[in-house]
Order: sequence, then C-alpha cells, then structure tokens
Amino acid sequence: MHVAKHGSVMNVTVQRGTADMAPRNETFEVPVYDNQTVLDVVSWIQQNADPTLTYRFACRVGMCGSCAMMVNGVPRWTCRTHVGKVLKGDKIDIAPLRNLPVIKDLAADMDPFFDKWVAAEGHHHPTRTRHEEIEPVNPQAEERVEASAGIECINCSICYSACDTVAGNSDYLGPAALQRAWTLYNDAKDANKDAILDAVSGSGGCHNCHSMGSCTAYCPNDLDPLSAIAGLKRATTRRFFGRGN
Amino acid sequence: MKVARAHPLWLAYILHRASGIALALFLPLHFWVLSLALIDAARLDSFLTLTELPMVKLAEFGLVFLLAVHMFGGLRLLAMEWLPWTAPQKTWAVAAVAGSLFISGTFFLQAI
Amino acid sequence: MLDFRLYMAQRLSALVMAPFVIVHIGVMIYAIQGGLTAAEILGRTQGSLFWFLFYGMFVVAVSIHAAIGLRVILFEWAGLKGTVLSVVAWAIGLILFAMGANAVWAVTA
Repeated sequence: MHVAKHGSVMNVTVQRGTADMAPRNETFEVPVYDNQTVLDVVSWIQQNADPTLTYRFACRVGMCGSCAMMVNGVPRWTCRTHVGKVLKGDKIDIAPLRNLPVIKDLAADMDPFFDKWVAAEGHHHPTRTRHEEIEPVNPQAEERVEASAGIECINCSICYSACDTVAGNSDYLGPAALQRAWTLYNDAKDANKDAILDAVSGSGGCHNCHSMGSCTAYCPNDLDPLSAIAGLKRATTRRFFGRGN
Repeated sequence: MKVARAHPLWLAYILHRASGIALALFLPLHFWVLSLALIDAARLDSFLTLTELPMVKLAEFGLVFLLAVHMFGGLRLLAMEWLPWTAPQKTWAVAAVAGSLFISGTFFLQAI
Repeated sequence: MLDFRLYMAQRLSALVMAPFVIVHIGVMIYAIQGGLTAAEILGRTQGSLFWFLFYGMFVVAVSIHAAIGLRVILFEWAGLKGTVLSVVAWAIGLILFAMGANAVWAVTA
C-alpha cells in the first residue's frame, strides 16, 4: 500500500477514444489529496485538466455500480477504491471495463451485458394469478437461502469484465446473467425451471465456465457467481440423468 | 490491459489448461513410438534405451506430473460441479497439486 | 461454445479415464524398474485381451476428451469458429483415435 503525500503529484494514465478509433492513452498530472478515491481522480481530471473526458458515476457511495472501471488492470468500483490502495509508485492506469464495447473514453456500452441478462431466462414464471392467495415462501428453506445469496446483484458488470471466458467467448452469457438464472431456478414460486435450464444450456451457457473464480474474487458485493454456475451445471446434469429438480 | 489474476483458482485453471495442451501434444508422439513395436521392433528398443538418460527421466517425471495435475484438477472440478457440498475450494486446489507431486515423485524415485 | 452435450461428453470421458490413468501410472511405476525394453513391454501386453480392451477403451475416451478440450482452446484462444473449428476438432479426434488404435494393436496383437 502506497501512501502518497498530500501536496505531491500522481501520473494518471487514462484510456481515451471512441468506438471507431484505436484506443490511445493519455497521461495527466493529478495532485494528491488525503482520502482520495479513483473516482475523485477521474473527476479532477475532467473538471480541471480536460473537460472532454467522458466517464460515468452516480451515487459515488458504493451502491449503484455505475463508476466501475479497470484500475491497473483490475475491475473495481472507482468510488470505493482508495488511491492509496492502487498507486504504483506515483502511477495509476485507468481504462473502461473490459469485455464491453467502448462508447467513449471510460464509458463502456452495457448493452451486451443486459442482453445476456435477458437471454439467460432470469425472469420469473408465475404459478398463480392475482386472484389467488399469495403462495408463502419459507425464508429458511435451503432453496431460498441459495437464491437469496445471489439477489443483491446490482449489474455493475465487474464480474463480466473480470472473466477470461467472457473475453475468449463472445457468446458466453457471463457470471451475472447466469447467477440471476440460478436465483430464479431456486425460487419456490417459479413455474418453469426447465425453461431456465434450457436457456443456460446453449452454446453460450453455463457449461463454458472454467471455474477460474475471478467473478467471485472481484465482486464488490461479495456475491458468488462461481458457485451459482456450478449449481446450474449440477441441475442440468441431474436433469440429464432423470433425477428431476 | 491484463486483468490482475494472482488468485489460486485462476492459477488452477491455467495449470489445467496448460497441462491439457502439453498432454495432447505428447500423445501422438507416444502412440507413434509404441506403434514401432509393429513396424520396427529394433527401433522401439533403441528409443527405449533413451529412457536411461537423466534428461529423459526428468521429462518422464514432468509428464507424469502433468497427467496427475490434470486428472486431480479435473476431479476437483467434477466434485465442485456435481457433488452437493460447498467444498473449500482453495484447499482442494492445493490438495490436487500435492497429490500430483506425490504421484510423480514416486515415479521419479522409482525411475532413478 | 460448449453446449450441454459437448460438456457431458467431456466430463463423462474424463470420469471413464480416471481409473485408467491410475492403473496406467501404477503399471508404469512398476514397469520402469530395472530399465525398460521392448521385450518387457510386449511380454506383458502381447496377446492379452485384457490389455487390448483396457488400452482400447482408454484410446477412445482420450480421443473424445482431447478433441473437445482442444476445440475449446482453439475457439477461446485462437479464434477458430464455425465449420473450420468443427472440421479441425473432428480431425484431431479421428487422428488421435487412429494413431492410438494403431499403437494398441501394435502392442497387443
């Protein structure tokens, strides 16, 4: 951990460019302050050095996931990344999230991420209508505990950017989408678990996962897509051998 | 920009992939040498005398290590995917490599 | 790129091979003691139905397993896809099987 001195200066390299040109790196000299996050650094650059720098943020307190970027090659929430934790000497490298197309500079196009979220069939298939009594769910049931472990996902795409299988396979649905499918699969009220298993068994499905675990390692919400995907593999295998749900 | 990857499970993945590639490249050679038994038994014997060389013994150790690593790594994956326990995965990764070292070590000791 | 069927073929061929690998390594540890000669190998395997079946099944399983494994690597790391990928993967499987079957025959016939 490097403690930069207040009053000194850092060299921050930022990836610039749009979708139609090759990315280029630009380095800025940014003053060091106490208690600075990487988001503070990017904001300083845009406010004081180059107003044309494009980046995203919203809550700036670690709840929304909008500020996710690659910092020294690691996908992180920049609002929750203290400069002291990532400074290498006096340098930091900032780039847009990996595995997603770039719109401009540090803003990545989240469309493929959300398209795959939908493609993984992670939506609820109801068993009852509004005219019937609500079916209770036991919060202590093993299934429910399993499902609840994955529902805090805020779609920040850090797991998607961390995954080397996503990098090598553009069809691969990715950890977030598959984890969502797993939470629906374990939902006691879901009527169509077969549809979910079918959706995750195609050429981009859960069976492509190599269990390298970068998703779980880097998730800022401490979720575990690695285990969720293993669960999906187990469920599809059980179905194959006829042991049902 | 490379994603930082120092964590154990990623290393297990890379080791598994590298050992698989090495074994896949070795196999055709292995099959060809054995087939010499049919075509040219004397040539097979001369190949086999090479196994006395220390470099070859080291290579054999390497191969057995790669095979054991690949198999134990694969069994770890199967356990993680198909068995209902949430295994302590890092421990498994280490145990897999340890098991491989033990087996290839045995091989090496017998070979020298 | 691995759909469920390829995944199952990969995993099942792996499971089949596990006991084969253990036996094979065990036999190798035994066989290399005191040096290795063609006569010693053939003395054990020639005319043996057991070794023919053992190594025969081993070769079938490894041809499937290696071909699918290399298929994934060629797709993810070399960018091969579509028909080219399928042709190459099948070729790998068939060549491995042919060479392996030839080797099995060479030592057990």
